[in-house]
Amino acid sequence: MAEFRMPSLGADMTSGTVVEWLVKPGDEVRRGQIVAVVDTDKAAIEVEAYEEGVVTDLVVPVGATVAVGAVLARLAPLGAEVMAPPAAELALPAEPAPPAEPALAHSDGAPAVSSPLVRRLAHQLHVDLDTVPGTGPDGAIQRADVTAASGGLALGRPRVRSSPLARRRARELGVLLDSVTGTGPRGAVRVADVERASPRAPQAPTPIADPAKPQQHAATARAEATARRQAAVGELMARSKRDIPHFYLGADVDLAVASAWLHSRNRDRPPAQRVLPAALFLRAVTVAAAEVGHLNGHWVEGRFQPIDGVHLGVAVSLRDGSLVAPGIRDAQRLDLDEMMEALRDLVVRARSGRLTREQMSDPSITVTNLGDLGVDTVLPVIYPPQVAMVGFGRVADRPWAVDGMLAVRPVVSISLAADHRASDGHRAARFLQAVARRLQCPAELDPRSAP
Amino acid sequence: MTATMSDTEARAIVAGILADIAPEVDLDEIDPAGELQPQLDIDSLDFLRFVEGITKHTGLPVPEEDYRRVASLDGAVAYVSGHSVSARS
Repeated sequence: MAEFRMPSLGADMTSGTVVEWLVKPGDEVRRGQIVAVVDTDKAAIEVEAYEEGVVTDLVVPVGATVAVGAVLARLAPLGAEVMAPPAAELALPAEPAPPAEPALAHSDGAPAVSSPLVRRLAHQLHVDLDTVPGTGPDGAIQRADVTAASGGLALGRPRVRSSPLARRRARELGVLLDSVTGTGPRGAVRVADVERASPRAPQAPTPIADPAKPQQHAATARAEATARRQAAVGELMARSKRDIPHFYLGADVDLAVASAWLHSRNRDRPPAQRVLPAALFLRAVTVAAAEVGHLNGHWVEGRFQPIDGVHLGVAVSLRDGSLVAPGIRDAQRLDLDEMMEALRDLVVRARSGRLTREQMSDPSITVTNLGDLGVDTVLPVIYPPQVAMVGFGRVADRPWAVDGMLAVRPVVSISLAADHRASDGHRAARFLQAVARRLQCPAELDPRSAP
Repeated sequence: MTATMSDTEARAIVAGILADIAPEVDLDEIDPAGELQPQLDIDSLDFLRFVEGITKHTGLPVPEEDYRRVASLDGAVAYVSGHSVSARS
């Protein structure tokens, strides 16, 4: 029987929360079909099936957080008659040990654990591995053992649900989660619950959600997702500032030609087909990133690894105040209209919490545009493992010297933050120059309009 | 069927479009004469979607030259109701 597992949607993802099932038992799924929406620390992402089949059961309920690799649903071969399997089978799924990860026998006689995945699952389910009898080779503890010891997630037996923030707070305050009454969705333990249960913490003024009101559930879940995302971005940025020797360059670029060109291009088009300056900026950055080396790629294991193709990250602010930076894959293949479409899709999906897996795969360079907020200059913080980030400020009319005369021109301030381990001022300057030059010849960024 | 659109109808259309873009904003709370973009905390892409919504619901093309006229709530309502006669005839 095939299994649909929690996918890894990024190098640093360890667990995910099922926020929506798009299939139910009995449904046929095809390869590539979107079957669920999963919330990670970064964003809510659509996940697709890798195998075809008929859904026999959804193992993980909506709202539950499980480790990467945990079984989310089971699939029978297409055409098979689907019947609900007996509960016992669910509680103890027979899973052979993965051949790639042989059991590691501990020298101190402690129970052997098959894989890091099992340890992660145990952590996720609050299972103490010392208390789990192993059923694998040499008594190795397997995923099924952990699942069984956790009280059977598959059976939906009570266990302590809790948000990552609540778990952290519980650790800080020395509170046992088992002893806390949860007021969150499906009895999940929230930060406020932990704080109430702790004699050390002052009473939190947070209003308690009434479990009878689903609207409050949704609001609580959203607030938790926001807090989680903000914490994840904060941690990532702290790592960036700690590890990456940033340096910054900036250039003011006259956009008179580009603005006039874009305006005339948009003139006879309905709004749905109009292109914003932002899309032109993305095109210019893409072309420049492909042209100038050492800025498009990742810093991994102490060295720069260039990436073929430009996976263009775009920082998107969400309405809850959090930030995501999904990407446009192989942006170098897109013409201007396609880039605009990709940008629109990215932003709308990011804000509605339905990014695709492709959009969440690691970008190779990221752009942030704060011009709409009236910002003149952005000094970006690089998203690890990337090595560069480009910032655009607002397009504003400014006094500008042209051919010895003073003119008023629309000008944008473009900045670049780069990782000094991967590149230097010379290369970074060439990149910025390339962006500026491309913006002086907008028609060239639009192959279809070229003569 | 009336030949012109009342301000009430126009306002309902505009509010409907904005509800999709900035769902948590109460339009009664904003300054109707002030710019929508900073008040609703929307970016240029959101604003383009707003313009797109006007076109979709009224058939008005809303060229870029007119963006300033639909930049506030009052402006957008007046624009939609004022143009509706020619747009419908």
